[in-house]
Amino acid sequence: MLCESCQGKEAKVHLTQVVDGAVKKVHLCEACAAESGFDTHGPVSITDILLGMGGEKTSSVMPVRESTCPQCKMRRADFKKLGRLGCVKCYEVFSDELVPLIKAMHRGEQHVGKIPACESLRAQVSVEIAALQKALSQAISTENYEEAARIRDRIEEWREKMTLKKEASRES
Amino acid sequence: MKVEEFLKRPGSWLVPAEDNSIAISSRIRLARNFREFPFPDWAGEEKCVRIWEELKSIFKDMKSFPDPLVTGMGTLKKLDKKILFERHLISREHENKGKGSGLVVRFDESIAIMINEEDHLRIQALRPGLDLKSAWRSIDAVDTELEQKIRYAFSPSLGYLTACPSNVGTGMRASVMVHIPGLVLMDEVNPIIKGMGKIGIAVRGLWGEGTEASGNMFQVSNQITLGDKEEDMIAHLKQIILELIEHERNARSRLMEKKPMMVQDHVGRAYGILTHAHVLSSQETLNLLSSLRLGVDMGILKTVDLSVINELLILTQPGHLQKLEGRRLKADERDQVRAQLVRMKLLNGK
Ligand SMILES: [Zn+2]
Ligand SMILES: [Zn+2]
Repeated sequence: MLCESCQGKEAKVHLTQVVDGAVKKVHLCEACAAESGFDTHGPVSITDILLGMGGEKTSSVMPVRESTCPQCKMRRADFKKLGRLGCVKCYEVFSDELVPLIKAMHRGEQHVGKIPACESLRAQVSVEIAALQKALSQAISTENYEEAARIRDRIEEWREKMTLKKEASRES
Repeated sequence: MKVEEFLKRPGSWLVPAEDNSIAISSRIRLARNFREFPFPDWAGEEKCVRIWEELKSIFKDMKSFPDPLVTGMGTLKKLDKKILFERHLISREHENKGKGSGLVVRFDESIAIMINEEDHLRIQALRPGLDLKSAWRSIDAVDTELEQKIRYAFSPSLGYLTACPSNVGTGMRASVMVHIPGLVLMDEVNPIIKGMGKIGIAVRGLWGEGTEASGNMFQVSNQITLGDKEEDMIAHLKQIILELIEHERNARSRLMEKKPMMVQDHVGRAYGILTHAHVLSSQETLNLLSSLRLGVDMGILKTVDLSVINELLILTQPGHLQKLEGRRLKADERDQVRAQLVRMKLLNGK
């Protein structure tokens, strides 16, 4: 499909607009989409609301990604409208939008806190190591190299535990 | 246990803390969800009812949670819901829920769990004064017991998964209710609120999200839930509260230095109105009780007990007044009943 604007390049951005209640689709190449300022009345996305931005930047139309969660049937549009997800699986389905959003809202994108005891050892170790790595970079940034060495040892211990467990499960 | 029993006393979390009354109460809440069910808003009533039934049976037998009030939101009277909201045991959103949603409260109100609000479980622990640590200890114990019975929605990278991505990670919101009339009177609150926003701390009014401050009371809480350990988030918030308390003390002593007459007059007038008025709106009452609290804190007013002020904060709200009178009251009737209650409590003591 060619770009509707320049008719030269491949259309890579597919936009949906609601104009007076009617849905209109537009297909543009990346360059044209970027400079067009095509739609200035698009919906304010939940991303922007949550980030407290609002205003002009939010007015660009969202590219069409017709993804629907296979588990709970929530559509992208539902998520945007409600600002809440449907189920656990939604976190994977809408990850392209969620990951940058979560990164902007929080400190990093890795959980380092409590873990349910029933979670697999693998999950526990990965959270544990993430927490230690965080502490490690903090120790390095404050030039506390003794502490850094201690943390490195602990990370190593956890990694060993992981491999031991793997070997044990392979043998059994 | 019935809602009626709550009326007899303010929750244990409103017992005045000994060291200071600037930090009135501390609260921690955890958002938790079942792995296999859609989040409440998307699940539909039928599934919500199933979740609630399952949880009801779990809460019949919890070691960390003896003798709880367990009630479906659909079976509660409107007025009782209002009372639970006024006691900070449920949110405004939960007040409007019906069948398929529920509430579990410990007898002393120190732990409350909303079922099928925004998430399947919203566990909260309340403590008097600045005491996030013990709130965390008790909520952690309840959560740990629950995780043996419920398979939580959890991801090794994003932590506890919640209906709204703003709560992922620890799912934890810690908050402290502070009373800072000194900073308000000195006109120094706004820069502090702004500064806190920059370091991931939110400041809201008495009733949480989207509400104005009344009675010079504010809720200060962590905004970020992912990327730090629970204990570290709590320590960070505590540090900030301690600084805020210092600022407030400082503002009070500057006030006393510069305008001692103004402060004493302010407190004296509040006492005069509260003990002699026959019509009091809830907003006026909140503001006057704030002045009274300030007077007690600063040693200006020696005849009033902080516990009476705390009790009045709860009992003078519309829901509580109507429960006390045993009938529906129109706004102007409420204002009269409120004034009568305040006069009685302040003049006769407890
Ligand atoms: Zn083009
Ligand atoms: Zn889903």
